[in-house]
Amino acid sequence: MSSEAGQQHPLGIYYKIWILLFVLSGFSYAVDFYEVQGAMRWTLVLLFMTLKAGFITAIFMHVVWERMALVATILGPPIVLLLFISFMAIEGNYTENARFSYMGHDRDAVALTPEDLHGGGHGGEEHGEEAEH
Amino acid sequence: MSEAALTQAGPQEGMDGLVDDWSSDKQTYHVPWGKAMMWIFLVSDTFIFTCFLTAYLHVRLTTTEPWPVQGAIFALSLFGSDPIPLILIALMTFILITSSGTMALAVNMGYRKDKEKAFWLICATAFFGLCFVGMQMFEWSKLILDEGIRPWENPFGAAQFGSIFFMITGFHGLHVSGGVIYLMWVALRVRRGHYDDKGYEIIEIVGLYWHFVDLVWVFIFAFFYLL
Repeated sequence: MSSEAGQQHPLGIYYKIWILLFVLSGFSYAVDFYEVQGAMRWTLVLLFMTLKAGFITAIFMHVVWERMALVATILGPPIVLLLFISFMAIEGNYTENARFSYMGHDRDAVALTPEDLHGGGHGGEEHGEEAEH
Repeated sequence: MSEAALTQAGPQEGMDGLVDDWSSDKQTYHVPWGKAMMWIFLVSDTFIFTCFLTAYLHVRLTTTEPWPVQGAIFALSLFGSDPIPLILIALMTFILITSSGTMALAVNMGYRKDKEKAFWLICATAFFGLCFVGMQMFEWSKLILDEGIRPWENPFGAAQFGSIFFMITGFHGLHVSGGVIYLMWVALRVRRGHYDDKGYEIIEIVGLYWHFVDLVWVFIFAFFYLL
């Protein structure tokens, strides 16, 4: 427990977390691969992201075993940043709506994909559906 | 008498420990100074990456031009197949996690004073880091040369896509490159027995840096590529 003796822990926990990180990354990729969309996509991606970040910080970076003075220094400032992020999100939403509502920007504009530009040279016609999102 | 007994009893845990550690005329962090400094550096680096990602959030929200479809842009054909969305990015993610695992084992071997294993595990970590940077160079050259994406324009949608992409992945790639140099330097000194007397905290310190680089990638992968 004491940090002065160095952070020494059984190897097993590292292997377990290592495998878990692979599985969680696989899940994240699966969300994209199976084209889960909308609120479900956000929920799943953010859930897997938070779990991965948590396990890396807690176990690989040994934060769960550190003393509270150091833990507070590490985690305190980033928690305050969440407030900053939410302010910017609120302000960003407002700006976007103002641009749509009062400046005549096109709400239904659709992004192009490489296949639109290169003439779909890869032989897939079902890929056009991706442009909707 | 009871006060003297308290101070000699060693550090307390939890909330009492927090108050105790921050009390006057005492050392706050009971870790080697190098480790405390690395943590403070990483907290400041968190601020930089948070600013970048928040800038991305804000730019993406306020831009009324459509955001390019990441799944289509970061797709890659393997052996003449149809383009597989995000396959290169997924490989890069797995490589970085692999390197995080070898790093965690290297830290453990360092504390066991197993120099030989620690050396090779750090080398493996640096090697995976190099693979990551190489794949990122491939990704960049594909986007710049084949797709015509520039920091100021691209043919798919919002021009801000390029500036955000090159800024965030470039800064992260710079961290990985710096980390590889740092790792190799520590590995050589481990092999020469430079830390035999000093102790092997240095491997944990370089490990903290490396895990942080992996941690940042977790957020970039989620916010830039998946969402």
